[in-house]
Amino acid sequence: MLAPRIIPCLLIHNKGLVKTVKFKDGKYVGDPINAVKIFNEKESDELMVLDIDATVENREPNYKMIENLASECRMPLCYGGGIKTVEQATKIFNLGVEKIALSSVAIENPKLVTEIAKEVGNQSVVVVIDVKKKMFGGYDVYTHNGTKKTKVDLEKFIIELQSFGVGEIVINSIDNDGVMKGYDLSLIEKIKPLVDVPLTILGGAGSLDDIRKLIVKFGIIGCSAGSLFVFKGKYKAVLINYPKNEEKENLIRNKK
Amino acid sequence: MIGIIDYGVGNIKAFANIYKNFNMSYKIVKNISEFENVTKLILPGVGSFDHAMTSLQNSGMREKLDELVLNDKLPILGICVGMQMLAKSSEEGELLGLGWIDGVVKKFDKSKIKDGPLPHMGWNSLNIKKDNKIFENLEKNPRYYFLHSYYFECNNKEDVIATSNYGEQFECMINHDNIYGIQPHPEKSHHMVCSY
Repeated sequence: MLAPRIIPCLLIHNKGLVKTVKFKDGKYVGDPINAVKIFNEKESDELMVLDIDATVENREPNYKMIENLASECRMPLCYGGGIKTVEQATKIFNLGVEKIALSSVAIENPKLVTEIAKEVGNQSVVVVIDVKKKMFGGYDVYTHNGTKKTKVDLEKFIIELQSFGVGEIVINSIDNDGVMKGYDLSLIEKIKPLVDVPLTILGGAGSLDDIRKLIVKFGIIGCSAGSLFVFKGKYKAVLINYPKNEEKENLIRNKK
Repeated sequence: MIGIIDYGVGNIKAFANIYKNFNMSYKIVKNISEFENVTKLILPGVGSFDHAMTSLQNSGMREKLDELVLNDKLPILGICVGMQMLAKSSEEGELLGLGWIDGVVKKFDKSKIKDGPLPHMGWNSLNIKKDNKIFENLEKNPRYYFLHSYYFECNNKEDVIATSNYGEQFECMINHDNIYGIQPHPEKSHHMVCSY
């Protein structure tokens, strides 16, 4: 049987790993390659690495860094940050990355999803959507690390992306980022029925129990987290961690 | 020595790293002059079927591979789209496949997958159908990482060595003579590498 995926999400800022709270105040948590080595040992299901500087600084992805990460990584790797063209996506793909994540560019030019998919296959094109609650209900979509609000209608956009051939959608909650108080389940409830491709949720997980809740409610779903897998304890000491195989089996089978 | 075929498509580096970790000798083969001393081949592949077939054709290695695999019977292992390329054709594209194993590549039937998305993405278990040396040293109930919307269907069921389930049972490991195909990614499935 296919298992839900439990995916650490690592953010890269100034060549180091950081963890943010509500997309701000990035705290340094270590070296990316070292983190990949630890997740190799812990056998995580997948890894998502997002360069949060590339788009903001309007620069190319850091290919050397991606190559180093990909060659170290013994699990499937998804890279996002600064990808704007088919050529860049193909180049990254050939460095040994399984999935390419787009964000702002998918909003500016959703046709790029189709164009990249033609080269690398639909299964490898991921779109990450950063969302934030509106004051009076509903959600806004943001880009550039939560600094630019777009006019995109979240639900329409999700449907549109699938018509363009997206292979996976990641919903990232800005409000819940780094807060570690659980996922925004009502947001997922709203979105899940609209999504026929794999859906991954990011933002809010503070314990394995939060992941369990997601799996119990939604079944086959991607459960992603940043803080949960890089911090330990209430003082948030930096310690890379991941559920052991047995813990994971229990989560998947919903046992205590 | 293992030769990893580099035709511009797929995780060449990921395979190289695995062999490096196991201290096994390997070489990356980019053109026909580099097949010397190679005793086993790996055909990686990701992306769309036509893109992979076109890239292999453009690499100039296609004819040499036919000769090595079909005449000289050099073992070859196709992985993911590399497995799908072994088929005669694919519903994903218009180009012909290598046709080395009798079968076609089909798209998953969405209507049969209850609440499950497409592509089939994540860790899934195997149903082993036939003993094969590929399973030597593998733990019981292995799980592999899959990432695909299309699957190989053999015309000759004797060629099927393992299946997996997604909506329906599908063939995910195949073998005919010296030719092997694996749909999931052993190179990205932690210790679930296979004996090849």
